[in-house]
Amino acid sequence: MNETEIMIKSDEVFGDQSSLELMVVHLNNVGQSMGMTCGIVNREIEVMVKVSDVVAALTLLREDRQATFTQLIDLTAVDYPDRKSRFDIVYQLLSMQNNMRLRLVAKASEVQMVPSVTGVFMAANWAEREVWDMFGIFFSGHPDLRRLLTDYGFEGHPLRKDFPLTGHVEVRYDDTQRRVIKEPVSLVQEFRDFDFLSPWEGMHSDLVDSANGSGHDKTSK
Amino acid sequence: MGVIDSALERPIPQGADQDAILRAVGSEINNQGFVIAKADKLFNWARSGSLWPMTFGLACCSIEMMHSAASRYDMDRYGMLFRPSPRQSDVMIVAGTLTNKMAPALRRVYDQMPEPRWVVSMGSCANGGGYYHYSYAVVRGCDRIVPVDVYVPGCPPTAEALIYGLLQLQKKIRRTATIARV
Repeated sequence: MNETEIMIKSDEVFGDQSSLELMVVHLNNVGQSMGMTCGIVNREIEVMVKVSDVVAALTLLREDRQATFTQLIDLTAVDYPDRKSRFDIVYQLLSMQNNMRLRLVAKASEVQMVPSVTGVFMAANWAEREVWDMFGIFFSGHPDLRRLLTDYGFEGHPLRKDFPLTGHVEVRYDDTQRRVIKEPVSLVQEFRDFDFLSPWEGMHSDLVDSANGSGHDKTSK
Repeated sequence: MGVIDSALERPIPQGADQDAILRAVGSEINNQGFVIAKADKLFNWARSGSLWPMTFGLACCSIEMMHSAASRYDMDRYGMLFRPSPRQSDVMIVAGTLTNKMAPALRRVYDQMPEPRWVVSMGSCANGGGYYHYSYAVVRGCDRIVPVDVYVPGCPPTAEALIYGLLQLQKKIRRTATIARV
């Protein structure tokens, strides 16, 4: 498969390059007032927005006649513990009409409240519950913000980078109490982390290189 | 399951030997109207010949469990029929990853099963946590929650491996000499 064929293939997946650029220009125009900044990263539209403007931005993206991003595909978060605003809240949107996908990103700190978008997209309900469960990000105005996945009475937020892999408690059945009880974790053998360098030498792709940041350039490898 | 040699604990294959035993039992019933057997052996024969597993699939292992029940391997041949209720089951196959959240539910299902009851732990996750041994959400072996009779290794174990495990369980039952619950 040569370069042009790959380009055609990826255009089918991500949308036509020029139409993406047109969409970015359009979104930068209509979203200017709320400080939306749009760009193209790896042939995907990425929109950065302040966390307080998330509801307005999503409403705009859904209602705008040319944007028509009417489906919320996923809502999740990323933890960067070294950053001051340590979380990225990520909204993945789809426009069936334009055959186009879009990623909306908002930065939030540990104590910051994120406005719930359940009023804009009903699908956000459980997704926000999961993000609350896994990252401890509080969504204000959510109708029922309970834990979604972890055990009843679970403490901590497992997908935070500072959460220990093995957690704090483990369960077993107690014959005298005749019920399943929780106890502090005691491992027979500690988890062994073999931190070898990646065996995939010489693997270059746009995605990998941009994920590694600007520090890596192709000539130095 | 056929005729089993009680001394050697091993099935007698079809043929002249088996026919002779069946004929002897048949003529005894015809002449007297009853046969005499050891009660514990009779019970074990009945128990091991109708092991009804509780349908308790937790993860990918349950797919293999379904295969062993489907037409190719056909657990029905051994009198094993999956039951949707713990109250009708004799054996629970813990097929898959047991999470902390599921553990009380698993124990409750086990408690609802009538005696005598057995547990087969199927696959690495149920045996000892497996891939998720160091996870914050997974029980490190279902024997922390319920007493296990047979461990079937594999990730997931093949349908044959599960059948083999169940046959081992049959063998274990046949070797029990007690009638009442221990």
